[in-house]
Amino acid sequence: MSGTHGTETTAGPVLGDTPPEATSATGEAGDNAAGIAAVGRVARELMPETGVIADPTQLRTYECDGLAHYRVTPALVVLPETTEQLAAVVKACSEHGVPFVARGSGTGLSGGALPRADGVLLVTSRMRTIHEVRRADQRAIVEPGVINLDVTRAATPEGYYYAPDPSSQQICSIGGNLAENSGGAHCLKYGFTSNHVLGTELITPQGDVVQLGGLAPDSPGYDLLGTVVGSEGTLGIATTATVRLVRLPEEVRTLLVGFHTTDDAGAATSAIISAGVLPAAIEMMDALAIEAAEAAVHCNYPDGAGAVLVIELDGASAEVEHEYALVERFCQENGSFELRLAIDATERALIWRGRKSAFAAVGRISPDYIVQDGVIPRTALPEVLRAIAELSESSGVRVANVFHAGDGNLHPLVLFDDAKPGAGEAAEKVSGAILDLCITHGGAITGEHGVGVDKAAYMPKMFTDDDLDTMQLVRCAFDPGNISNPGKIFPTPRLCGEVPGKRKHAHPLVEAGLADAF
Amino acid sequence: MTTVDLDTARTALSDACSDVTDATPADAVDGVPAALVARPGSTEETAAVLRAAAAAGLTVVPRGQGTKLTWGRPPESADVVLDLSRMNRVLDHAAGDLIVDTEAGALLSDVQRTAGSAGQRLALDEPVAGGTVGGMLATNASGPGRVAVGTARDLLIGVTVVRADGVVAKAGGRVVKNVAGYDLGKLVIGSFGTLVVVTRAVFRLHPVPAARRFVTVPFGTPEDASRLVQSVVHAQVVPAAVEVEWRVDGAGTVGVLLEGTPAGVEARTTTTRRLLGAGTEAAEAAPPGWGVLPWTDEPGSTGLKLTCALSGLAPVLTAVRRAAEDAGVALTVRGSGGAGVLYAALGADAPVDAVADVVARTRAVCTEHGGALVVVDGPPAVKAAVDTWGPVPAIDLMRRVKEQFDPERRLAPGRFVGGI
Repeated sequence: MSGTHGTETTAGPVLGDTPPEATSATGEAGDNAAGIAAVGRVARELMPETGVIADPTQLRTYECDGLAHYRVTPALVVLPETTEQLAAVVKACSEHGVPFVARGSGTGLSGGALPRADGVLLVTSRMRTIHEVRRADQRAIVEPGVINLDVTRAATPEGYYYAPDPSSQQICSIGGNLAENSGGAHCLKYGFTSNHVLGTELITPQGDVVQLGGLAPDSPGYDLLGTVVGSEGTLGIATTATVRLVRLPEEVRTLLVGFHTTDDAGAATSAIISAGVLPAAIEMMDALAIEAAEAAVHCNYPDGAGAVLVIELDGASAEVEHEYALVERFCQENGSFELRLAIDATERALIWRGRKSAFAAVGRISPDYIVQDGVIPRTALPEVLRAIAELSESSGVRVANVFHAGDGNLHPLVLFDDAKPGAGEAAEKVSGAILDLCITHGGAITGEHGVGVDKAAYMPKMFTDDDLDTMQLVRCAFDPGNISNPGKIFPTPRLCGEVPGKRKHAHPLVEAGLADAF
Repeated sequence: MTTVDLDTARTALSDACSDVTDATPADAVDGVPAALVARPGSTEETAAVLRAAAAAGLTVVPRGQGTKLTWGRPPESADVVLDLSRMNRVLDHAAGDLIVDTEAGALLSDVQRTAGSAGQRLALDEPVAGGTVGGMLATNASGPGRVAVGTARDLLIGVTVVRADGVVAKAGGRVVKNVAGYDLGKLVIGSFGTLVVVTRAVFRLHPVPAARRFVTVPFGTPEDASRLVQSVVHAQVVPAAVEVEWRVDGAGTVGVLLEGTPAGVEARTTTTRRLLGAGTEAAEAAPPGWGVLPWTDEPGSTGLKLTCALSGLAPVLTAVRRAAEDAGVALTVRGSGGAGVLYAALGADAPVDAVADVVARTRAVCTEHGGALVVVDGPPAVKAAVDTWGPVPAIDLMRRVKEQFDPERRLAPGRFVGGI
């Protein structure tokens, strides 16, 4: 089942709504009562009164993340201010077998921070210190609650920025980005969170504090950092992130290009990429998405466009100049009827505002909607878009398309009115069929929003039992008690059990007395 | 082989794999003699070999072309060499999607040839020529180009693996953007064959740039080298590589690679030369030794990998030179100064104690600057005497991962950190 949004995508809870039934993914209220009381005692000893929330009314303000359709009231909310406090609370959870869920700003779109009714919600919003901006090292070290855009703000005076830019970058947290391996419009050229987080201090599900990666690359040993980033909070909680800072480019050119059809816009995209041009971003919106954005933020996109592309080129000026000429040519050759180049930061911001506000904007043209996050090979774009249009036509369910065209990451917005009987179910059906299309075209069920609770049921369509079982070996290594955000990603948990294997021999260096602490 | 006799093992493996032979001395893994060589032709056959090895209690060391088999520590035993060289096909190059799907035994040079036919490349240097995709992944090998594009972890998008118990699993897929499930590919990169056997890999590709230019300038002191590197990385010339070479006679060169369009490279070359100051040269061909690991020039030398925060470049260069001079050891340094990764060679004639001294002193300074020192390769006497991997944070978690994947320590036991 996919989640739905109300008009206000980042809305808090709607009091009076009935939360969905508690499931194995979310636990039963009242379970673990003694353990939760014990964790609460530990937390209250360490933290100011406002840092521990047990009042039922207050607890309900944390019942959902950005995927507001799923709501579960946590048994306890803790807002730690330090690594030590957080580690102590996690340790207490471990000792009492209490599940915990980490939450940053609560903007996630897959229910990754959906609380457990029988567990503790650990909120990092009081851990917002930017420890260091190290220009000479091209790195910053920040706490998990730090807002994504604030890293860039802190680095800009030094001539640097933080590249991953999810649409929610004004409010989402680095810790949440790390958990979800967040992307953004510019990951076409610059990569995802996993390419930009180079170290983390992690609290393991046992409450131990370990350092993975750091200022230097290629730490010896398994790349546990690479596994933790994107593990959706199931392998522990990051308390710092060492992030790469990227030098601000010498030049940025942002273009808005109008096309009559999405096919034309898709063909232009393919021509650009095939010519070896790697723009910082290529984003597409179809007519319905444009209509919504116009209604919401008056971004003044070209009249009558069946599709627009937002293309951004950046880098050394001489390279951008050359790429711009190619992009202009490929757009014209593929039927563009209007091409606007932003001449200053204000115009650039206006172009991006239409795109970045698109999800919320859809609320202007539909009371409810589902946002999907499937990925397809970019060359399959025209075919899949046509198939989505056919699905929409045959079902009578409207679908607005907003997506990262350069890397084939679709964000179809399936529109419906929940007040009409059966509309929600029809929308769910279309939404699921779109994911099936992605899978049959060799793609993925999520490109950047994560699996969370929302897509766990789809994982077996993409992966075999053996694939999922093998992934869960990692889970068992980190979290044998299955208490760190249980119920997310995997449709069925793996019982970790006791590991029978023992080391057969001591390491030869240890035997030889040459070393004792590896 | 201590637990079973050779005939039993040979029979067990032959049932699983059509190509099993007795090992020769040339099949020894870093001096550890092997008993059998199995050459599976598919993922399924690889799985059958691993199931048979598990049933017979045999240890297994995966091998591609064997070009980096002496990296890391020698395994505690190598009953079976699992040779993937028959699985050498580049399966699919989807040029429009900029991806390549390949068997693990494929030569990197074959992958590059295939990608190159469409003006694309797998943006990974090959520091040791003749290797396979699987060997590159197992050792996390990379070269100068890492400054711009990164390493295998930034390019691998899908992987098929066989576990020690013979179970086949995959993670990732064929699209660049994908957050469904754990990224097992990253866990496998640099694991030296101790976790799983990779049989297939999918990579994202990049366009081959139309023009490239190498700008070089000599440096005198480590502080000069650091200043030159900093001037380039903080500029807006977007270098593809920033190399530092410090030859055995103390002569140093900073080298910058610029890639892009002809006009763009021309303009950026001018800017870079201005940044680097007097004595710069620009050439279309790579300078001698570019991207070559310094110890491959001299058989029997000890190869080190030194990492640090970028700001630690001068102190680390100073420390390794001073330690080598004090110990009377010949030293050559070459590496990605712009990425905080340096490779060093200590002369083949250096006494073991002297090497151990250089390692210990330099490691302390690398660690102080956020990095580490690893003895990548070296003569058996050196490897036996020094802590090659050094201290590893989070080693307990790594052991737990190993125990989950390979509880009986069947895969390349002892080759990796902490005796894993």
